[in-house]
Amino acid sequence: MVENRPWLDALTHLVLVVGVLIVAFPVYVAFIASTHEPSAFVRGVMPLLPGDNMVETYSRMLGEGLELAGTPPVWLMLTNSFWMAMIIAVGKIIISLLSAFAIVYFRFPLRTLAFWTIFITLMLPVEVRIMPTFAVVADLGLLNSYAGLTLPLIASATATFLFRQFFMTVPEELMEAARVDGAGPMKFFKDILVPVSITNIAALFVIMFIYGWIQYLWPLLVTTQEQFYTIVMGIKRLMAQTDREPDWNLVMATVILAMLPPVLVVLSMQRLFVKGLVETEK
Amino acid sequence: MASIKISSVRKVYPGNVEAISDLNLDISDGELVVLVGPSGCGKSTLLRMIAGLESITAGEVRIGDKVVNKLEPAERDIAMVFQNYALYPHMSVRQNLEYGLKNRRTPKAEIEQRVNEAARILEITRFLDRKPRQLSGGQRQRVAMGRAIVRQPKAFLFDEPLSNLDAKLRGQMRIEIKRLQRSLKTTSVYVTHDQLEAMTLADRLVVMNAGRIEQVGKPVDLFERPASLFVAGFIGSPPMNIFELATLRQLPGTTLPASIPAKADLVGIRPEALRLEEPAEPFIALEGTVELIEPVGGESHVYVNLNGIETLATVVVQGRLAEGEGSHIKLFMPASALHSFVSETGQRVE
Repeated sequence: MVENRPWLDALTHLVLVVGVLIVAFPVYVAFIASTHEPSAFVRGVMPLLPGDNMVETYSRMLGEGLELAGTPPVWLMLTNSFWMAMIIAVGKIIISLLSAFAIVYFRFPLRTLAFWTIFITLMLPVEVRIMPTFAVVADLGLLNSYAGLTLPLIASATATFLFRQFFMTVPEELMEAARVDGAGPMKFFKDILVPVSITNIAALFVIMFIYGWIQYLWPLLVTTQEQFYTIVMGIKRLMAQTDREPDWNLVMATVILAMLPPVLVVLSMQRLFVKGLVETEK
Repeated sequence: MASIKISSVRKVYPGNVEAISDLNLDISDGELVVLVGPSGCGKSTLLRMIAGLESITAGEVRIGDKVVNKLEPAERDIAMVFQNYALYPHMSVRQNLEYGLKNRRTPKAEIEQRVNEAARILEITRFLDRKPRQLSGGQRQRVAMGRAIVRQPKAFLFDEPLSNLDAKLRGQMRIEIKRLQRSLKTTSVYVTHDQLEAMTLADRLVVMNAGRIEQVGKPVDLFERPASLFVAGFIGSPPMNIFELATLRQLPGTTLPASIPAKADLVGIRPEALRLEEPAEPFIALEGTVELIEPVGGESHVYVNLNGIETLATVVVQGRLAEGEGSHIKLFMPASALHSFVSETGQRVE
């Protein structure tokens, strides 16, 4: 719908600008706080312009961390979080692509039951089954490892369901044409179904990467060694200090650093999103 | 290239729904056979059983001299053209054409040569590097045909390939399919619900109804001597007029021609065969008022409300009808143009 009403244009822009300000201002404050010395943030009047402590704060956090709070260097936690989020996102996509493929394209006994079983696990996120899951992971000896961090989070009913819905919109003739063209099931999956779903995969990757990135409770349980700490845990540890004010500049610097990877992921995937919106034809 | 032999084939869907019952059909080498019928008559099911996309409940399908009942579609050496083209959207036209050959491990040089040849025949060389979504409906249709041609299969199977195209393009593509099939001489089975398409394309026409074959034959034979009421009503546009003999008998001053068999209780006549002037041979005369005139270019379709008969009669008149709507009109049915049927069985009698 294209309308030419100047006052409406102005109003919509105003709403958008206000919305952006509401979202962006706290991030800006966090950045400003990270560039001042520790006391600046708690003085009562918050500075709104960058201070001169930026290089020192960031290099300190990235390089050595805060021993006092029991926090390893931020780069280590960033790496841990990155691999955790990456393994979870990729693992979830692979598993749910395959299970959705099985559910949509194969007629096997108890197929509907299998689907609903997967679907019901939507109601059982990690938080609900945390004790048994922890027990299983501990018994398998996976505490303090990437496998322990990621495996329990990989099975995904949401992604399976989304791929199932998408596969059901893919015309059946495509599968039949592939069969006539001599492609077996896995060849069809690899050559046709996955490329056709690429925009959905990209969208899910972004969502799942962020899901993995913001995990707090699970890493807190399964990691006791500093070398496996994730960034979200680190932020929490920085803030929980006894008998003194947290070093807000350090906390904020960590927060800003923690935000960067998800932002990069969203930005780099944006193009595929748009493509997914424009491409209507399957 | 090969013949296709369908013997006593049945298809029963879960829930005991019989889609095809005891069907026999021989398609000889190089022939273009069109399966036509209303939706739900089983024509697509039959085609898909030949293709191997649908399992065969009972009976036997042979392609060449090989029974293919248990073979995968790819092993049957057939190529199929789908209604919605089913082109792989993420592949270029060239990749679409190559895909089947690559899966068959055809040597690279041969793939290249076959793809170029098919592209040349179909005039899609310019589009080889485009994606299907950048093509128009007609061009996509050509690519879909190209995908069938490059494989050089034993048989082409067409599943209503033209029904997504607009009327003008459909006519054009129809001619091209016919020409292509003639020059390649590949055995083809073509499914459509459009009787015009069926009449023009077919070497032999198979009219199907409710999972059975009503009649098989040359299009012209089916038009001139329909074996049943169903075929009479389905082939030809506008459809044949059917009258009850009992009603005709009661019309004042009517004597039925002696050529009508005693067993018959229905007669049919094509709208084109109804005369406005008295013919030289025996005839049945009808009277009525013109209800509606549809001018369709070179001819006019005239719907006549006949005295003493409930159904409207359709008459095809060359050019324009001199009388206007609402005027009184006389119609003559020449005895030689009559088709006689028995209503109980729906079959033709001579």
